[in-house]
Amino acid sequence: MSAGRWSAGVIPYAEMGYWRPDYQPKDSDILAAFRITPQPGVPPEEAGAAVAGESSTATWTVVWTDRLTSYENYQAKCYRVEPVPGQEGQFIAYIAYDLDLFEEGSIANLTSSIIGNVFGFKALKALRLEDMRIPPHYVKTFQGPAHGVVMEREYLGKFGRPLLGATVKPKLGLSARNYGRVVYEALRGGLDFTKDDENINSQPFMRWRDRFLYCMEGVNKAQAASGEIKGHYLNVTAGTMEDMYERAEFARDLGSVIVMIDLTIGYTAIQSMAKWARANGVLLHLHRAGHSTYTRQKTHGVSFRVIAKWMRLAGVDHIHAGTVVGKLEGDPNSVAGFYDTLRQDKIAADPVKGLYFDQDWASMPGVMPVASGGIHAGQMHQLLHYLDEDVILQFGGGTIGHPMGIAAGAAANRVALEAMIKARNEGRDFLAEGSDILRAAAKHSRELDVALATWGDITFTYESTDTPDVVETPVSV
Amino acid sequence: MRVTQGTFSHLPDLTDDEITKQIAYALERGWPCSVEFTDDPHPRNSYWEMWGLPMFDLTDPAGVLYEVNECRKAYPSLYVRLNAYDARYGRQTTALQFIVQRPAEEPGFRLEREETSDRRVRYRIHPYALDRPQGERYS
Repeated sequence: MSAGRWSAGVIPYAEMGYWRPDYQPKDSDILAAFRITPQPGVPPEEAGAAVAGESSTATWTVVWTDRLTSYENYQAKCYRVEPVPGQEGQFIAYIAYDLDLFEEGSIANLTSSIIGNVFGFKALKALRLEDMRIPPHYVKTFQGPAHGVVMEREYLGKFGRPLLGATVKPKLGLSARNYGRVVYEALRGGLDFTKDDENINSQPFMRWRDRFLYCMEGVNKAQAASGEIKGHYLNVTAGTMEDMYERAEFARDLGSVIVMIDLTIGYTAIQSMAKWARANGVLLHLHRAGHSTYTRQKTHGVSFRVIAKWMRLAGVDHIHAGTVVGKLEGDPNSVAGFYDTLRQDKIAADPVKGLYFDQDWASMPGVMPVASGGIHAGQMHQLLHYLDEDVILQFGGGTIGHPMGIAAGAAANRVALEAMIKARNEGRDFLAEGSDILRAAAKHSRELDVALATWGDITFTYESTDTPDVVETPVSV
Repeated sequence: MRVTQGTFSHLPDLTDDEITKQIAYALERGWPCSVEFTDDPHPRNSYWEMWGLPMFDLTDPAGVLYEVNECRKAYPSLYVRLNAYDARYGRQTTALQFIVQRPAEEPGFRLEREETSDRRVRYRIHPYALDRPQGERYS
């Protein structure tokens, strides 16, 4: 390090040790891939170094107090910058962070470090955190999912097929008594779960305690009618932790197998609820309310694959992760990357799926992804093809909007699902023959027959905005 | 009523030919099969009686179906299910589970409500069949 490094004033970040093209990341380093769009005239290496600096030790000018530390350990190092194919002015900057920079088991600390300060940085036009590699050394400091996919399946006694759910609609305005009716009908018809929506908390038209009581009446009646375990995601999201604990404890005391929280409650509250869920044997469902404000646009924010990693560490059992075929954003390749990240143990880097790093979860249980938003029974073959078996398929309108009633809508979805699983296991090309399989199943299910007649042709074919760079043409499904 | 536990309970009962195809699917993936039976269909009854040990070394679907039929013959009026188990590292749980025989008449469950304080209700599901002694529940 030259003496010039310590002259008072402003010197480029790259010259302060934050640009280290020779650096070999250690196995224990936390790695980040940022998409950077530098201001005109700012070299990409300097922009990458600036991100490394501002997300670790640096400030805008030289400080002599650095010399009181073993600063080289604490400096993040930008070790590679690559132009993004086909995107002028955009680069991927790879940055390595020493493990010592982070508090054990704290998403709040991890995120305050990595995305705390850099996003408003003037030398960059735009910045996006694309992916992170969390080393096992750090993974092991987190609780992880309160139960995980395997434990959830054993707890519910449901194997060999995706689970089925529905969000109660309309989202707002139903009284508690009417709301519980929807729960009962949907569950007795054949769904495994029903769900509060993200904005159902405790409003004047329906207070939380009343909702919980009526929903559990519906859940228990449906269990008696079917001989199956059923659940309703009781949303315990509230203004304070104290209120959330009160609601979650009430749900537990009523015998609910699951409670729900929104992403809007914040990372620390999510970790607290995950700890509570593990201690109380209650599954924890996370609705990713608000995520599109920072995950959707390709040049700005934080990719959902990073949110997925943080939430697996934080310890939720379920998280919404896209449908591919429904009404909400979800490119098939990117969604495959999210699902792999949530469900698998060791995941190899794969540019087609938007995965920049290998990720080893060191046996941390998987999170059950949830597919929700504008899906229906007529898409069952596509859903199974894209999303596979460990997933919860949620048909809100596709259950409650059935012309013969809610229970009929639920039955249609369950028959379609079981018929598709059976056909797949029999070795049929279920994606190509999906419509035939559903029509054949509908011969012994009038509910499915009517569902196919109502929604059979509905699709949402818009190009996605959040797509991997290496895939030249966005895929419409 | 119809107990809808298991992967295929919302479909018409599977024929022997259809059961064999599901067994073949499991065995191709290296999932050993096992047969279980019960007279207590309570959804929290995790431990149905085992019809022998899991068939770890049996790779012929016809052999598994033979055991299904032997169990059906021995307990013609009870619930019988087939399990396939995935022992893969990181999984180590049941991969597929479906009912292959059910009683001719399924009496279902009684929902008992105990009203406690503050409008709370304590629920209990009771299989009607359990009102009779073992051996006489589905005769």
